[in-house]
Amino acid sequence: MPALEPATDVLQQFSRGNVDAFESLFRQHQGYVYRWILRIVRDPAVAEDVTVETFWRIHRAHARFDPSRSFEAWARRIATNAALDHLKSTRPQSELPDDLPQPALPDPGISRELREKTAQAFGRLPPKLRIAATLAVIEEQPYQEIAEALGISAGAVKLRVFRAVRMLRKDLKRQGIEP
Amino acid sequence: MTTHDHERIEHLLKQALPATSTLPRATLQRDLWPALRQRLEQGAVAVPWFDWALLTALVLWVALFPRAIPVLLYHL
Repeated sequence: MPALEPATDVLQQFSRGNVDAFESLFRQHQGYVYRWILRIVRDPAVAEDVTVETFWRIHRAHARFDPSRSFEAWARRIATNAALDHLKSTRPQSELPDDLPQPALPDPGISRELREKTAQAFGRLPPKLRIAATLAVIEEQPYQEIAEALGISAGAVKLRVFRAVRMLRKDLKRQGIEP
Repeated sequence: MTTHDHERIEHLLKQALPATSTLPRATLQRDLWPALRQRLEQGAVAVPWFDWALLTALVLWVALFPRAIPVLLYHL
């Protein structure tokens, strides 16, 4: 659930560089920003680091913030860029952890091996496609929200999701897996 | 790729990578303000090495060629 929008005077003070206002905004939004980043990076420890990086970027960019706009949407956009930078800087994992999370409703027709190969193939997708597919397909976030976070149109998000799914299918086919 | 193929891959993806709301640490477990404050303090005093190198080169240049000071001031 998104955090409540802060009071306008706090936003104005933040945009003027007031540290107390920044701390107030941080305390109000850190949980929400962390959850958004976790959806993208899927690792709690990494999500904490990227959350700190996000608020560091927010602090540096305070003068560019327009207090009449939504702080949450602005923070989400910066968080998405920070998470994207993280995905670009890390190589895809060849080995997955043993404690691969189980789906809420496991499909008995899908083996653990197939789940692992799918997760690995997904990790090899270009980060921009991976973010769109993660947020839209896995996390089931609204397309408009994803579009705003990525700075593109909702149509462009749908196109990225389509390309991600197509590339994933091709990768699995190359491994002899016919989904 | 048909719609059925697309839906099948999406289902496979959801099975392989469940939503993070099901993960054990789906919510923030600790306050990150101390880590951020440390980062802010580091950032306030950190000067990139390149800036130091540039400043050193400038001081050396002025010391070795004092007659070049007017040229430098002209270009500033």
